[in-house]
Amino acid sequence: MPVREGIYGLLAEFDTPTELVMAAKASYGAGYRRMDCYTPYPVEEAAEAMGFDEPKEKGVSRVCLLGGILGGLAMFTLESWVSIWAYPLNIAGRGKFSWVAFIIPAYEWTILWAGLCAGFGMLALNRLPAPYHPLFNAPNFRNGATSDKFFLCLEADDPRFSVTDTRSLLESLHPVSVIEVEH
Amino acid sequence: MATKDISPQNPMIDPETGEQRVIAPGHTFRSVTEKLTRIVLTPHTPLGWFFGFALAGSIAMMLLVAVTWLFLKGTGIWGITMPVAWGFAIINFVWWIGIGHAGTLISAILLLFKQKWRNSINRFAEAMTLFAVVCAAMFPVIHTGRPWLAIYWLFPYPNTMNYWPQFRSPLMWDVFAVSTYATISVVFWYIGMIPDLGTMRDRAKSKFGRFIYGQMALGWRGSARHWMRYETASLLLAGLATPLVLSVHTVISFDFAVAIMPGWHTTIFPPYFVAGAIYSGFAMVLTLAIPIRKFYHLEDLITLRHLDNCGKVMLATGFIVAYGYMTDIAYAWYSADKWEFFMAWNRIFGPMGWSYWILIFSNIAFPLTTLWSRRLRQNVVYLFIVSLIVNTGMWFERFVIVVTSLTRDYLPSSWGTYRATRWDYMTFVGTMGLFTALFFLFIRLLPMIPMSEIRQILPGAKINEAELQHKGGD
Repeated sequence: MPVREGIYGLLAEFDTPTELVMAAKASYGAGYRRMDCYTPYPVEEAAEAMGFDEPKEKGVSRVCLLGGILGGLAMFTLESWVSIWAYPLNIAGRGKFSWVAFIIPAYEWTILWAGLCAGFGMLALNRLPAPYHPLFNAPNFRNGATSDKFFLCLEADDPRFSVTDTRSLLESLHPVSVIEVEH
Repeated sequence: MATKDISPQNPMIDPETGEQRVIAPGHTFRSVTEKLTRIVLTPHTPLGWFFGFALAGSIAMMLLVAVTWLFLKGTGIWGITMPVAWGFAIINFVWWIGIGHAGTLISAILLLFKQKWRNSINRFAEAMTLFAVVCAAMFPVIHTGRPWLAIYWLFPYPNTMNYWPQFRSPLMWDVFAVSTYATISVVFWYIGMIPDLGTMRDRAKSKFGRFIYGQMALGWRGSARHWMRYETASLLLAGLATPLVLSVHTVISFDFAVAIMPGWHTTIFPPYFVAGAIYSGFAMVLTLAIPIRKFYHLEDLITLRHLDNCGKVMLATGFIVAYGYMTDIAYAWYSADKWEFFMAWNRIFGPMGWSYWILIFSNIAFPLTTLWSRRLRQNVVYLFIVSLIVNTGMWFERFVIVVTSLTRDYLPSSWGTYRATRWDYMTFVGTMGLFTALFFLFIRLLPMIPMSEIRQILPGAKINEAELQHKGGD
């Protein structure tokens, strides 16, 4: 990834989730789109306020469904191939294609791959792992975002972003502080 | 609800419902974070921790000795023989994996049912699942005698012998059920821990701590978009773990039910095994939670409400187990099969009958008569004792199922008896040491109570709708 320089965005800190949601709504209303909220626990209203609707995105669910279908099919196919062609065993004259018995490992693999895809798919869609992020440069971010503070970041990529106007918008929303975050 | 034993002055009682609180009043985001991170990040490890870890570690050493000797000599050092070819190994396997099931029940099924009280106990219940699965999985593997040679008939992989496993065997189903269960439990546990690892990274003072927790947190920063996908993934994993946990013990019961041994060949086995698993698992949750909350002063977060609820779940699943025992006997009678009938009689009054009566006392007679009392369910000492008794009883349940059926089957000429050797006992007790040692490491190195989930149930976590409407307009 090329080294980026300059300002990443303006970061406003809030004490309560309600203030954060109001600020996110106001910024969204003012036309900002490149923004994100940072909270120590899931706050659905914050995601809604900035127009992010996970159920509509369906990314994680789709990956999970696909993983489940492929996992189940893979195991069932393997079992059938092994039992019919690769290594047929005749025990007490039972049929080679005894699909009822094959359901159980196939069922387990459906769950296995659906679960792995849900977990790792979520990480991939979130672009994690990402050990470095510009926000970690902000002095107050790491002290609060994972324990008891609520943050709103308006990013410099947004076409409406301007260091002065954006700062005055954020300051009108009663934050604890507004700081510039460098890349 | 009996309200006579509740004092209105007690701050732990919610005045609105008259129930014990899930979390003590007065906690804030910061106080919870401080309290839970300090347990791990403190440079001063409590002396009791060293003592406990050393004790558990020495017991785990015994397992190492027993397994080394086993690999040198073969499974002949165990008490297994004909007709009891399945001895302690399968009993311990079923017992341990059953214990693990309560962790998944708490983390997955109670999440789907939106039982918020589970939040503070779910992390360590899941850890309990993992470590129990580690102990359980060891038994079938070492029972093969030379596990490094067992791989080709346990796992389907292309090998030079052109050999493939037999997929119609319940023992193969076990391989897939248990390996899937272990994998999904690890993923669920780790994904659940990522936000808390972020907290640990940000609170750690030492450079080493910041680095390790930073790597493990994968760069979690609490973005609202991330949280929404994270919540979806958690729900999906919970939805997948629920049928999984039920299937695992069902498949294990198939190991028995598919065989034609009297006393094994019944359709009641799957539900009765699953209920028994949850019964013993909740008992183990209590066995672990009671000393931990005392030692680390976590009474604010693991309250009497949690212990009370665990008692209630045990009461319910205990009755399903009791129903299973009755069905077993009713089946023997109704089948008009003299071998089944003899098996039931032999189980209760035969030479191994003492084990049946231990099981009746410790799974039914004692817990199911006393767990009704709310006063007792909120008595920590009683709960600890009952949890130990139930775990003993559930071990004997598996002993009864395995041993009494095998010692006396169809042909009296092939009857025998079973006597475990010292290596059997050393292996079994050794896994308890391993389990406890792993648990000690877990509570010392990782946050045992999920902070991000505790924050959600704090009073400050709710969005103030009125304020939002009012100020949102201007």
